[in-house]
Amino acid sequence: MKPLNKDLFNMKRLKVSLAMAFWLSVVTFPIMVIKINTINDTVIWRWGNLALIVILGLFGSYIWNYALDRMKERKGESNRLKETLSGLYQRLRSNPKVKKPVLAAVVLVIAAFPFITSMYSTSILTTALIYVVLGLGLNIIIGLGGLLHLGYAAFFAVGAYTYALLYQYFQIDFWIALPLGGLFAFLFGLLVGIPVLRLRGDYLAIVTLAFGEILRIILNNWGPVTGGPDGISRIPRPSFFGIDLKLQGSINLTYYIMVLMVVITIIVVRRLEDSRIGRALEAMKEDEVAAEAMGIDIMKSKLTAFALGSMWAGFAGVVMAAKTTKVTPDSFGLMESVIVLCIVVLGGMGSIPGILLGAFIFKIVMEYFRVFAMYRMLIFGAVLVIMMVFKPDGLIPKIRRKYTVEKEGA
Amino acid sequence: MAAVLDVQNLTMDFGGLRAVNDVSLSVQEGQIVSLIGPNGAGKTTFFNCVTGVYNPTRGAIHICPPGKKQQKINGMKPNRITERGLGRTFQNIRLFQNMTVLENVMIGRHSRLNAGILGAILRGPSTKKEEYQVKEDSYRILEKIGLTVFANELAKNLPYGAQRRLEIARALATDPFLLLLDEPAAGMNPQETQDLIRLILTLRDTEQLTVFLIEHDMSLVMSLSENIFVVDYGSLIAQGSPDEIKQNQRVIKAYLGEVVDA
Repeated sequence: MKPLNKDLFNMKRLKVSLAMAFWLSVVTFPIMVIKINTINDTVIWRWGNLALIVILGLFGSYIWNYALDRMKERKGESNRLKETLSGLYQRLRSNPKVKKPVLAAVVLVIAAFPFITSMYSTSILTTALIYVVLGLGLNIIIGLGGLLHLGYAAFFAVGAYTYALLYQYFQIDFWIALPLGGLFAFLFGLLVGIPVLRLRGDYLAIVTLAFGEILRIILNNWGPVTGGPDGISRIPRPSFFGIDLKLQGSINLTYYIMVLMVVITIIVVRRLEDSRIGRALEAMKEDEVAAEAMGIDIMKSKLTAFALGSMWAGFAGVVMAAKTTKVTPDSFGLMESVIVLCIVVLGGMGSIPGILLGAFIFKIVMEYFRVFAMYRMLIFGAVLVIMMVFKPDGLIPKIRRKYTVEKEGA
Repeated sequence: MAAVLDVQNLTMDFGGLRAVNDVSLSVQEGQIVSLIGPNGAGKTTFFNCVTGVYNPTRGAIHICPPGKKQQKINGMKPNRITERGLGRTFQNIRLFQNMTVLENVMIGRHSRLNAGILGAILRGPSTKKEEYQVKEDSYRILEKIGLTVFANELAKNLPYGAQRRLEIARALATDPFLLLLDEPAAGMNPQETQDLIRLILTLRDTEQLTVFLIEHDMSLVMSLSENIFVVDYGSLIAQGSPDEIKQNQRVIKAYLGEVVDA
């Protein structure tokens, strides 16, 4: 009997894997095998490494191809486990007896979190929540509007520096800076958007990336105002009606502010999606020419998405500045934009629960696995490649809403 | 009757290529007219000029919505022209593939709604009412076109003929007085074409529409049109009733080529 593609052992796959292992060993030969001892001018041949690479390459490639074949075989077939799970989820969700207690428990855990865990955990969770807001904001631009934006950290910086500068020069309070940060990011979004949004796709990505870097470099070099690479420090944490909260209290307050902000963001994004504006953005993402022929002003829609998304980065930036009490240009580099983009892509473009999950995975896993900090980028890359191949819609793909219309006479 | 669409000396150049050359024509209210011509004659370019996708090199395009004043629409953006009441479909179907059928039609209502960002976020009573209304209206349009069974299907999953009809439904949702159909019967079988002919006639009568269509299917063109315009190499070479066009020597030559005496 001819072995099927989905069988574990397959001669063809073994051959491919062998070739792969050979290729890998050739490519890595110079760095992994040859080592020059510069003192004695001798070459050390590390054949052990070669064996390791061949074995790893062979297994890695075999598993990769096996998974690919399995995926191909499964295409079209329905996944029973997944269907049962999602069916169960739907039933539990629509059952008020289950829904209410679960919701209450979730609210309770969120509210009590700072008191049952350490300050360190609360602080990390707050960071994760900031990234949730960033992810949801970028989702308005990418997921809804379909505009590939690689300079999102710049708008984060606008928010953070708004608070930092306003405090330094005018002693402005956090609560006044918060809306101002959003407003400035919104205006900056409009300002950048007007020239930039004439471009599409790859070109837009490159130009937004450049704008992000320009802002960072300005912050870095405009020493007299922004403090240059040292940034601005000793920014006060959020206050609470003038009550002195001590460190613990203000960290908890920051956490609650972020929880509230996440809730508001989710409500706003959901309502936006399910509205005339949201539909227009989605149509624009699908087909610009057709959208324009349907009466949608493309430029206005793009600007709306861009500026609204930027506004959330501004809000998040103000909280970030208050949380870390220090801003430096380095915190808003390209890497930051890429991380937020990864959160959106990994979680699932357009999917709110997906982005929540994505942000938590990224920030919390990154924080607790500081031991592997050296390999962080390597793991990022690997995870993204695997995701793109096996789950291109993200961890929790977007579910399309269905409209119901009452039929006449029925 | 007034001319709802009046085109004067329209010329469209792409670099050195003249796609539409000095075309003048007018469409009367309530008519069904066709624009025909061999492939590459400039029919779609003409449509694109009228609907604002291209800004014509020369010439004037005037529209006159029933009961309103005549206005010039050259150089207006497509969305502004749609707002003024020109609905169109595309030759190569351009539906919003990953949106549902109902949503596609709801998009068409865009220019007839008012909710802005704040309205969407605050979701006040007027926005709620508008959202309810748009859903209802869109569903009624689907009923008219006969697509309600697909209402919650993704547009890309629809059979070909239904996708073509959805394009018309979407264009209707913009509340047009003039409907521009670019090859609505392309790829349809004879049965579907017959259904389409009936649909277009019904729409003209019930919605008081004027219909301007580009088509290669001569059975459809000849049975529907009151007036036919023929273009070849960008120029208007003939116009008249179906019978006149059938007899016209220049049209026959454009379609079949010249007979060379050996």
